[in-house]
Amino acid sequence: MDWNFDQIVPYIPFIFEGIKVTLQVTLISVVLGFIWGSVLALIKISKLGPLNWFAVAYTSVFRGTPLILQLSFVYFATPQLTGYSISQWEAAVLTFTLNSAAYISETIRGGILAVDKGQWEAAKALGVPYRRMMLDIILPQGVKNILPALVNETIALLKESALVSTIGLADILQNANVVRGVTFRYLEPYIIAGVLYYVMVMLLTWVARFVERRMRRSD
Amino acid sequence: MIKIDQITKSFGQLEVLKGISTEIGKGEVVAIIGPSGSGKSTLLRCINLLEVPTSGQIIINGQAITDPKANVMQIRQQIGMVFQHFHLFPHMTVLNNLTYAPIKVKGMSKDKAEQKAKELLARVGLSDKADAYPSRLSGGQKQRVAIARSLVMEPQIMLFDEPTSALDPEMVKEVLDVMKGLADSGMTMAIVTHEMRFAEEVADRILFLDGGRLVEDAAPADFFQRPQSERAKQFLEKVR
Repeated sequence: MDWNFDQIVPYIPFIFEGIKVTLQVTLISVVLGFIWGSVLALIKISKLGPLNWFAVAYTSVFRGTPLILQLSFVYFATPQLTGYSISQWEAAVLTFTLNSAAYISETIRGGILAVDKGQWEAAKALGVPYRRMMLDIILPQGVKNILPALVNETIALLKESALVSTIGLADILQNANVVRGVTFRYLEPYIIAGVLYYVMVMLLTWVARFVERRMRRSD
Repeated sequence: MIKIDQITKSFGQLEVLKGISTEIGKGEVVAIIGPSGSGKSTLLRCINLLEVPTSGQIIINGQAITDPKANVMQIRQQIGMVFQHFHLFPHMTVLNNLTYAPIKVKGMSKDKAEQKAKELLARVGLSDKADAYPSRLSGGQKQRVAIARSLVMEPQIMLFDEPTSALDPEMVKEVLDVMKGLADSGMTMAIVTHEMRFAEEVADRILFLDGGRLVEDAAPADFFQRPQSERAKQFLEKVR
């Protein structure tokens, strides 16, 4: 086998620069996706007629089409649709937010429905209005139920974020692609990129365990 | 104070309450007893509209709460409810369980709510548990916190839905003692219970339900010594 990292060494910092983009896209999308997903979940549970129908259709479309298609659509079709020339970064965050919200909303919906019915009744009996009850009593418990699932969603998103290289955003994979193009070496840049993704996933898993332990404080 | 007028409640095909009428006066303690499936809990839950009666009226202090236009949230704030399984909020400390509703629902200041909560915790003998999470408490302690949580809203009526049924035997007394103290303080109470001795001792009146009907409505002495109906006689023979 033909190993040769010497040639790659000068480019390693360049590949590392991609970490920032990968993390940014992942974390911002997961936070925004969580907020938007919570809203969708609450709508689905509340039976608000047309809004409910919208939330269900939304989830169905985003889960029923390929992510790479959604990304291409947002990046390439937005200028045509709206005249706004969307940047790669905006397109990436927007797509991943919209997409992860669809998945997260289903997870949160399940988590909310798993909260003991007695909690709803206790809140109602105290005269707590619906909105406050959902935000202060039900949602926090529902989210706690699904914390491991949310972490898995974040990890999945981190890995899927490599798709942004297809619209040319300079994430880890895209920078590895660039190094490949410059050096004509395939093995080494991809191994470095792979190790970076793997380490980040492991770190996330570790952080998740820590957060989970803290949240279980009240058990 | 509470006037229940011909209420019925059906769940689909099943008619759980078949036209119940009674009144509960201010400061009165009423025990609702009867075999399981007789509609006791459903009747109780109608009083704070956790179940909406299919027909009939409930009037509290002159206000028809069964009116579709009634402000349900407002009504519930005046009626405390204690559940069989406590239903404390597990993600809040004991103190926050007590102060949550006064602050967020009634708009009480944090200081005042905490002061009131601490007074009530002292009253149920749990001052030292203010900062504990509910999972750290025994069943009896949880139920006493649940009672305090209702009381902090300054309700005019307290409803108890089998408050000791989920407790270990040695914890029943501590909860009943708190309830007895509450009854002595003049609180209007409706209690669904299987604790016959407690009902006999503390209640002013017994409502005996069977098959969704109010079969007997009598003073405890009369009910326990001289039950009128065949059904009540059978029931009392089995439980005593």
